[in-house]
Amino acid sequence: MTLVNTMLDDFILRAVLAGLGLALAAAPLGCFVVWRRMAYFGDATAHAAILGVALSLTFSVSIFAGVLAVALAMAFTVSSLSGRGFAMDTMLGVLAHSALAFGLVAASFLSGIRIDLMAYLFGDILAVMPADLAVIWGGAALVLGLVGWRWSGLLTATLNPDLARAEGVDPRREQLVLTLALAITVAVAIKVVGALLITAMLIIPAATARPFSRTPEAMAGLAVVIAGGSVIGGIEASYHLDTPTGPTIVCVVAILFMLSVTSAGLKGRR
Amino acid sequence: MTLFEFTGVSLRLGESRILSNVSMQMAAGEIVTIVGPNGSGKSTLLRLLIGSLAPSDGRITTAPGLRIGYVPQRLALDPTLPMTVARLLGLRRKVSAGQIEQALAEAGVAGLSRRQISALSGGQLQRVMLARALLAEPNLLVLDEATQGLDQPGVAAFYRQIEEVRQSRGCGVLMVSHDLHVVMSASDRVICLNGHVCCQGAPQHVASAPEYRALFGEGTGGALALYTHHHDHRHDRVPQEAAE
Repeated sequence: MTLVNTMLDDFILRAVLAGLGLALAAAPLGCFVVWRRMAYFGDATAHAAILGVALSLTFSVSIFAGVLAVALAMAFTVSSLSGRGFAMDTMLGVLAHSALAFGLVAASFLSGIRIDLMAYLFGDILAVMPADLAVIWGGAALVLGLVGWRWSGLLTATLNPDLARAEGVDPRREQLVLTLALAITVAVAIKVVGALLITAMLIIPAATARPFSRTPEAMAGLAVVIAGGSVIGGIEASYHLDTPTGPTIVCVVAILFMLSVTSAGLKGRR
Repeated sequence: MTLFEFTGVSLRLGESRILSNVSMQMAAGEIVTIVGPNGSGKSTLLRLLIGSLAPSDGRITTAPGLRIGYVPQRLALDPTLPMTVARLLGLRRKVSAGQIEQALAEAGVAGLSRRQISALSGGQLQRVMLARALLAEPNLLVLDEATQGLDQPGVAAFYRQIEEVRQSRGCGVLMVSHDLHVVMSASDRVICLNGHVCCQGAPQHVASAPEYRALFGEGTGGALALYTHHHDHRHDRVPQEAAE
């Protein structure tokens, strides 16, 4: 039985739609994460999501809202610390992993409620409900809108902050836009690939697209296609192999990355 | 017409004083070169002008309708960011392929529009950035150590290019030179900066100086000149103080 046949099974269709929504938001944003070397920034924000999950369950608010709030807090903390002379990679490493540890400890206090931590760490894309789909696509549209609206300003600020200033672009505002988009993406992605693999969906499609792109726009577009293809391929593969879906999606995109790097290397040698 | 004016501008960052009581102005069409040792606040002055920094004290006024074409220090493009010359030139404003070609030709790098930025030499990249600045139809070109990393003939050729652009467009040119001794001979004024304005004046033509010829050869076509001046006074500002 192929995926097309099982499209009629609602949960698979919802999984595909959820994954495509994430791909649409994460891939172009991921290009900026790669260009601006923000991978660790993404990790810190994503790992904070577990703390968000624990807090939302404690105060019985929606997971999306809780994760968004904590991810935003983390993203703005990291953003304001950057450029102040801290050893940034150390600082981000500290924040990323302590946020995860505090989140896991906080979740363990929730003895009354049975929570499946694995679902939040690695995603539970097959359990996506129609309401989740609305949240995912709403968030994805917001991220895509933000990045698309600020595209040329974001790119100019990425090239050189002073050049951006001279051309009427405030680099701090652009940084803020990226920070906000990153937090929304984390909140959208936690259901799909989970807190530990969000950064993978940001940077791997972008890195895979790089050798075949001549312009930033081409790279972002190709990254969306690669991410979308990996979502469909990953769901299909996990269906046949009976493997966890989120990690399988990341495995597919990682394999594409290795093929991309290899073929680019061969092309360069010729 | 005055393009911009600094009046008693000071800048402190934390404990260190970068600039103190700088007053200067530039007239339309003038070529001004700022020289000074490392850490003298040359680039800071430009960053104040383009609005990247705000002065702690003093006032910066710019003429209404001032359009700055800014050429940064060597653009460090992350290797993960693919970018063609044409895309870079069209990033902030809608420009036609014809306008791009024309700007590139004016900057001396015609026909490069389809090249990747990462494949350009240092001199080509600076000219591409110059072409990009020209697309803003500037009445003031601002160049921040634009010749860094170029060899002497490269610097000379780049300065000749700037001079040509100034002659055809009549825009003012404000640039920073990392070399204390070599400035553009076409400069109307050289400002020596060391936390404050030390001195300023017209660059001396030294075409006849044998040492100069021996050092730079005949190939610079008169684009380079020595700016000689004497530091006949000590500064109150003790650099160590800021570091402690």
